[in-house]
Amino acid sequence: MPWQTREFVQAFRWRIEELSGRLANNSLAVAGLLIVGLLCVVAISASWLAPYDPQAIDTWHILEPPSRAHLLGTDPLGRDCLSRLIYGARISLLVGIVAVGIATVIGTILGALGGFYGKWIDGLIMRFVDIMLCFPTIFLIMAVIAFLEPSILNIMAVIGLTSWMGVARLVRAEFLSLRQRDFVLAARISGASNTRIVFSHILPNAVAPILVATTLGVGGAILTESALSFLGIGVQPPTPSWGNMLTEGKDNLEIAWWLSMFPGMAILVTVLGYNLLGEGLRDALDPRMRDSGKNN
Amino acid sequence: MALFLYLFKKILTLGPTFLGITLISFMVMHLAPGEPMSLQADFNPKMTPEMRERLRAQYGLDRPLHIQYWQWLKGLAVLDLGRSFSPDRRPVLDKIKERLPVTLLINFLAIGLILVIAVPLGVVAAVRHNSIFDQVSTVFVFVAYAAPAFWVALLLMLYFGVHLGWLPISGLHSLMGYEQMSGWERLLDWCHHLILPVLVSGLGGLAGLSRYTRSSMLEVLRQDYITTARAKGLPERRVIYRHALRNALLPLITILGLSIPGLIGGSVIFESIFAIPGVGQLMWTSVMARDYPLLMGNLVIVSILTLLGNQLADIGYALADPRIRTGVQVED
Repeated sequence: MPWQTREFVQAFRWRIEELSGRLANNSLAVAGLLIVGLLCVVAISASWLAPYDPQAIDTWHILEPPSRAHLLGTDPLGRDCLSRLIYGARISLLVGIVAVGIATVIGTILGALGGFYGKWIDGLIMRFVDIMLCFPTIFLIMAVIAFLEPSILNIMAVIGLTSWMGVARLVRAEFLSLRQRDFVLAARISGASNTRIVFSHILPNAVAPILVATTLGVGGAILTESALSFLGIGVQPPTPSWGNMLTEGKDNLEIAWWLSMFPGMAILVTVLGYNLLGEGLRDALDPRMRDSGKNN
Repeated sequence: MALFLYLFKKILTLGPTFLGITLISFMVMHLAPGEPMSLQADFNPKMTPEMRERLRAQYGLDRPLHIQYWQWLKGLAVLDLGRSFSPDRRPVLDKIKERLPVTLLINFLAIGLILVIAVPLGVVAAVRHNSIFDQVSTVFVFVAYAAPAFWVALLLMLYFGVHLGWLPISGLHSLMGYEQMSGWERLLDWCHHLILPVLVSGLGGLAGLSRYTRSSMLEVLRQDYITTARAKGLPERRVIYRHALRNALLPLITILGLSIPGLIGGSVIFESIFAIPGVGQLMWTSVMARDYPLLMGNLVIVSILTLLGNQLADIGYALADPRIRTGVQVED
């Protein structure tokens, strides 16, 4: 079905172009985009940027405060904190993006099924969503992790599998309202198949809100990963992650403030970047929000 | 009557949701590779295959899954969650019962703190839309929302606990001299110890809720009936606090209900940081020890509490919203 793919890509591209035009006018969103872009550059070029090997142990320089040689100090094994922070960006972004990718795929499929078919399929899926929302996510993730090895791959999968409910609700609502619209009815009357209606008429119109939820979701997933790693059930040492660096900070709280300060700031800035970008996207998409600045 | 019907329908959906929670909890434990028993057995070097089989039979793990689920569900119905794998072999329910009040206390205090700070913050930010106050509070909210709670906890411990020495950084009460204290002194001691944990656990929710309050209030202030009220010549104070606020606060009940899982989930983090003997810490130790009955009991109890919290929020919403109270049909 090449025409379907082409149509979908075309419809998708129009909306992205329209969106990026509006986004450029929103200063918060631009700030978020800059932060996120910068972090991606840091993560990709970590091996060039990092002044030291992040895992090189140096027993002569243990727990040194920030200095010219070690800009952010060293940890209890004499490893360079700046280098570990830079490599940690890789882990955080990877986990955040993959986990949210998994959540978006699951959420979109289930939400679309419920919203498009309605009736008992919808009832079943929405009940499932309600049930999943009753579990405090951290508890559910911990329970699963207790039986798996806490590897990066498992962390990504588990965070993804426990955070798709918001996307599912959103996509369902979009499908429910779009399903009744004139252009969809027109397509149906002209004999379009369900596949064609979903992929070239409804889904492209639901892309924007999904994008907002995804962007905001990355921030949440990064927070979850860092919390799990902090608790010792996430990314395992010696692989540097901002969360497990903070565990060392907690253990040396009274003697080495720099171990606690910088990884936390890295998480804060990253999550802030994604949230600003997400909120900016939302404002750019919601016509009422755009007008509100002028009216008030 | 309409309200009664609404509540009845709500309660009817409680059953399936409850069953779903138990089913998912059960599946999480049993579909994971390496069944619960083998994990415990792997740590024991003296374990022979025969011993393992006997243990499996003892825990009922050799029976088909649906029968195991049924047995477990029957136990749950009479609040029998089995015994912990830990050396003391105490019933899981007892362990949870002695930990739950502390967690609930901290969460209630945190919700109180959130309400007291977030609602006025959001309302004022909305009323003075685009003012300096609005912008400053928006920045604060964004930063607070993005800050990892456990990091904030570390910084507060570092500053108020280590640097200034004002606040204790761990436990629920002083270890030295607690026995000699009078009732009042004990209460003060508790409060002193609870300041940081409550502050930290409320922070994320605080940011979220004040954001919601602000946008909900902005939304309401844009409605026609507000313009009407102003056109009638009512004082601005009355327009905002009588006409707008009541409607703006309505959706917050739902938001508050939805934030319960996050709050309880957060207990794992702050209880482990501040060494508070609550359910979160129990969950963490049971994960570390792979204490499977305790883990499962914890997961189920906490989710059921969340379910009840959400139901309460729904009922509260129904009581507060005249559209549901009087049964007027509105489009979804």
